[in-house]
Amino acid sequence: MIKVLKAGFYSTIQDKGRFGFASFGVPFSGVMDAYSADLANSILNNPLTNAVLEITFGGCILKFLNTTTICISGADFSPKLNDKPILLNSKIRVQKDDVLSFGKINFGVRCYLAISGGIDSPIILNSRSQFKYVTFSFKINNGDIIPIKQQPKEFFSSKSSIKIHKEHFSSEILECKVGPEFDWLSTTQKEKLFTDIFTISKNNNRMGYQLNEILNNKLPQLLTSSVLPGTVQLTPSGKLILLTRDCQITGGYPRILQLSENSINRLSQKTTNNVIKFTLKVI
Amino acid sequence: MTNQITYKQFGDNAILIEWKPIIDKNILSDIITYKEKILQSDLEYLDIIQAYNSLTIVFNFKINNVKNKIFKLQSIYSSKLEIEKKTLYKWEIPVCYDLDFGIDLKEISKKLKISIDEIIKLHTSPTYTIFFIGFLPGFFYLGGLDKKLFFDRKSTPRLHVNKGTVAIGGMQTGIYPNNSAGGWNIIGKTPIDFFNADKENPCFAKAGDEIKFRSISKEEFYQIEKDITVNVFKIHKTLKYD
Repeated sequence: MIKVLKAGFYSTIQDKGRFGFASFGVPFSGVMDAYSADLANSILNNPLTNAVLEITFGGCILKFLNTTTICISGADFSPKLNDKPILLNSKIRVQKDDVLSFGKINFGVRCYLAISGGIDSPIILNSRSQFKYVTFSFKINNGDIIPIKQQPKEFFSSKSSIKIHKEHFSSEILECKVGPEFDWLSTTQKEKLFTDIFTISKNNNRMGYQLNEILNNKLPQLLTSSVLPGTVQLTPSGKLILLTRDCQITGGYPRILQLSENSINRLSQKTTNNVIKFTLKVI
Repeated sequence: MTNQITYKQFGDNAILIEWKPIIDKNILSDIITYKEKILQSDLEYLDIIQAYNSLTIVFNFKINNVKNKIFKLQSIYSSKLEIEKKTLYKWEIPVCYDLDFGIDLKEISKKLKISIDEIIKLHTSPTYTIFFIGFLPGFFYLGGLDKKLFFDRKSTPRLHVNKGTVAIGGMQTGIYPNNSAGGWNIIGKTPIDFFNADKENPCFAKAGDEIKFRSISKEEFYQIEKDITVNVFKIHKTLKYD
């Protein structure tokens, strides 16, 4: 078990998402940056479906109540075990009463803490992903006890750390396909969409990322239809909204682009004032 | 009746199936039948999102051959397979239109020049159809609001709207299944739970079902609320006949 000494800015338990309940209006949820979460689970030889802790900007302090093995991937918030720096993307043995904390933010927005055997919080509607009104709480809180599965296997020490693709954090390019209403745009609007550089506004979270720049338009309203994580909506006021994992399942704004899975992962490591560029992926 | 249906790839792993962009019961019934056929077919998928004029099939993997996938879906649509039709119900939803709950009733009454009693009558008379559930878990997109009650959304949404709030937004009426922000005009409150993740079936109703509102007093509201907490309240339902 893990005791949450300090919950930090915003940390949630996430797995690969909650599917099969869209007919009740339940969003998909799941890890924002699936690339990094998968990496952490893979390094521990966990199934990729194991739940991990998604930690936004660090700030949380966790105490392990039993011996286990962990791996942290994704953003670099200078993780420390008992105040000693530990490697990212590496198997780390933790002993009972060890304390994990974070320090300086070096790069990225979300890191993933995978635990050998996985987090064993209750499965609600086929998933452990925390979401408001579905799970008991929508994030972890001070004093929470997070159950983990005990691993029966021996730990094999490893000092090596897996190299990751730097572009995952540095690239400004978001690959996408055309969205269902892309053809409603004029040639000029389309051109602008693929030549301009856009900036992420302060409104960015697990539901969606709003951009600062305006794309003027007189598009008609859309009769409320489905939206997906990665859908780029264009509002009547010209705002662009990039929907992410906790987005609603339906929306009424034209869906002009659809980000690739990899681009949703990359976007998840970006925050306020970061810039992005859309590029059309040839099918 | 033949419905014009189009198919589009929607991102790497979804197919969007669209009908004419109108709110129409025939389209709803075609969508429900199609969805049932998909559910009973051997098609592997992660989830299906239903809306007024669309079905979106979300797959677990990147679709390599979109044409093949669409062809497979088309053959499911046109298959003469006898599908097991789900029983559709009409649910009676008790609503208290007391001014303490219906905090926008006075404003609506003034602007529409309709008495509050008449608003309640116009709101409780129609049978509403659930077209789909979206926006929030357990939020019904309902068709059937009387034109006389169409009322624009608030220009600035309220940051907090209580669970169970019954409201009117533009040409629609709906119930907030949980506390949330919201820009619709509040006319009443229901004690009924519309979403409970702890239940195997988190929401009692489904797309295609109907609902009718019944005006209740404050006393009855609190009584039903109490009955719900001790699990002795049953929502009144009748079979829906086509």
